Amino acid sequence: MLEIKNLHAIVAEKEILKGVDLTVNDGEIHALMGTNGAGKSTLSKVIVGDPSYQVTEGSITFNGADLLSMNTEERANAGIFMSFQQPIEIPGVSMANFLKAAVNAKRKSQGLEPMKASEFLSMMRERRKLVEMDNKLINRSVNEGFSGGERKRNEIFQMAMLEPTFCILDETDSGLDVDALRIVAEGFNKLRKPDTSAIIITHYQRLLDYIKPDFVHVLLDGKIVKTGGPELARQIEDNGFDWIKQSI
Amino acid sequence: MANEFVKKVAEEKYKFGFTTDVHTEIIDKGLNEDVVRLISSKKGEPEWLLDFRLKAFKYWKSQKQPEWGHLKLPEIDYQDISYYADPTKKKDNSQPKEIDPELMKTFDKLGIPLEERMALSGMAVDAVMDSVSVKTTFKEKLAEKNIIFCSISEAVRNYPELVRKHLGSVVPYRDNYFAALNSAVFSDGSFVYIPANTRCPMELSTYFRINARNTGQFERTLIVCEEGGYVSYLEGCTAPMRDENQLHAAIVEIVVMDNAEVKYSTVQNWYPGDEKGKGGVLNLVTKRGLLKGHNSKLSWTQVETGSAITWKYPSCVLQGDDSQAEFYSVAVTNNYQQADTGTKMVHLGKRTKSTIISKGISAGKSENSYRGLVKVGKNADGARNYSSCDSLLLGSLCGAHTFPYMDVNNNTATVEHEATTSKISEDQLLYCNQRGISTEEAVGLIVNGYAKDVINKLPMEFAVEAQKLLSVSLEGAVG
Repeated sequence: MLEIKNLHAIVAEKEILKGVDLTVNDGEIHALMGTNGAGKSTLSKVIVGDPSYQVTEGSITFNGADLLSMNTEERANAGIFMSFQQPIEIPGVSMANFLKAAVNAKRKSQGLEPMKASEFLSMMRERRKLVEMDNKLINRSVNEGFSGGERKRNEIFQMAMLEPTFCILDETDSGLDVDALRIVAEGFNKLRKPDTSAIIITHYQRLLDYIKPDFVHVLLDGKIVKTGGPELARQIEDNGFDWIKQSI
Repeated sequence: MANEFVKKVAEEKYKFGFTTDVHTEIIDKGLNEDVVRLISSKKGEPEWLLDFRLKAFKYWKSQKQPEWGHLKLPEIDYQDISYYADPTKKKDNSQPKEIDPELMKTFDKLGIPLEERMALSGMAVDAVMDSVSVKTTFKEKLAEKNIIFCSISEAVRNYPELVRKHLGSVVPYRDNYFAALNSAVFSDGSFVYIPANTRCPMELSTYFRINARNTGQFERTLIVCEEGGYVSYLEGCTAPMRDENQLHAAIVEIVVMDNAEVKYSTVQNWYPGDEKGKGGVLNLVTKRGLLKGHNSKLSWTQVETGSAITWKYPSCVLQGDDSQAEFYSVAVTNNYQQADTGTKMVHLGKRTKSTIISKGISAGKSENSYRGLVKVGKNADGARNYSSCDSLLLGSLCGAHTFPYMDVNNNTATVEHEATTSKISEDQLLYCNQRGISTEEAVGLIVNGYAKDVINKLPMEFAVEAQKLLSVSLEGAVG
């Protein structure tokens, strides 16, 4: 369970989050919508522990632990995963080496031995199929020369390898064509365990057609101003945010 | 947190920083003609070699220390250094001539066991501490193939004609200031002779260790590979952590004949000084190979992580037609380290080909320069060179520089040069961290990925060592 209370955060001395309260119970899917610059990505960066964002007030607990006292990799190894909006290239580091380091870092944090090479390779082979990821991409450097769609697919592939319990999908749908969107979303659904929870940041209804949210939140100017069920996303798709702005 | 980490690293990082407590005969500090004579007599050298030394010394005295490097070289007081330290010398000559167990233990600790039964498989080692070779392993086994592998002092005694023929033939004592100094006072290094049509059955390696305080080490290595011969040679180097700088001024000469091939690899891990820039080895080296024969091959591969100052350009003179030379380098500088390193490729023969791959990695407040010369002589028809020089910066207080020089005197030659500079970005680190990979490990992954084209050229066991070394050298560089 992730519990955010009165969260305020700044970046480059500008306050972006101005008191966010949000509770995500195990197994729940929460969609987060809002205008550009409302603070959606900031909220996700603060949850994963991007050091360029500073929390000035409030708290986040994850399964009872104080998340804000943990560094980025500790949070990741505790089960938090983010599908980046713009996944970055890491030249010279193969996907296989990168994922091996990530999988073994997690195992180490759990007091387990590094995974055997053969076991790791067969795991990659199996998980790759879930998102129909081309084997050629696995042999390349991380995201190097990947198209926008391939990068997004690669994010979900990494999620498949790391088996997180809490996922943030930050505009995973942007840049994906209809078929790729379906593959990525179905991949996510297959990977999801009953207790896996997620925050899905999106501008569009179409991703939510595949990944059905339990709650939809509207974040405007650093605060959650409205919460509803799946129907709220459809209303926003049809009418935009102005009617919500006017009602507050 | 970053500070704590840097502190921890500074304490743990250089694991070869111990000293060996062994009786060492050290001659008095200072450098003059008598000292040159004393060194020569201690080694029981013939007259011609003493002459060579004295000429070199005379030349050295007439010269000034060069200043063209992109380096802040501390002033070296050449009279405040001892030029000969022998840790194998017994206090009492009546004792049997056995190797002091302390010396054996030291090399064990460095991962270089000198007992042949314990040795790394397929590798013969010449272990040099301070001015003297402690032991050379597998000499007898190599002798079965008429391969000579011994210390240069021993070679002077046992194979004087071979040494006389080649010593100074590639790097004359007038070559440069430090070459003149080395030629005057050189102590031990290795001698390798590969007879015609002989493939050396094992890797040969020399491990250089500086132990004694206030002494300079003047390594001299000579490798001769006759027609159709092949050898792969490795050198490794470490030194104790000391507050004062230590001088290591070496010469390596390689002669490669028709259709012969020499691979020379270096993993240089001299003490780099502390995180404030105090102490460390001054590594001032002249390395050069003469590709004398037709279709001869020479490759230099170096991983340079240590030393306060590294100033060296392993070079190739491509004299034989169709000869091929390669230079692969990874130079890492952290804290206050400075490196000005690269290569010279001098194309004289026809259709000669050279490749230069240089990867500089700078962190902390260090300065890292690539300096290279590609020279094509007027008769070198169809000569080709490809150079690629990349710099990777960690942090914003370090410097990376590239000084490529070209001098092409034949219009059928092709010379290509590429250079890039990149930085490990915060976003890359965040991406790794978010996947559970710590910053240190992420830097290691990225740096090793960046350097892998060079690392892959090293023999297997050394490649693994070099990878670890790269990560360790840069720990705490990004905080």
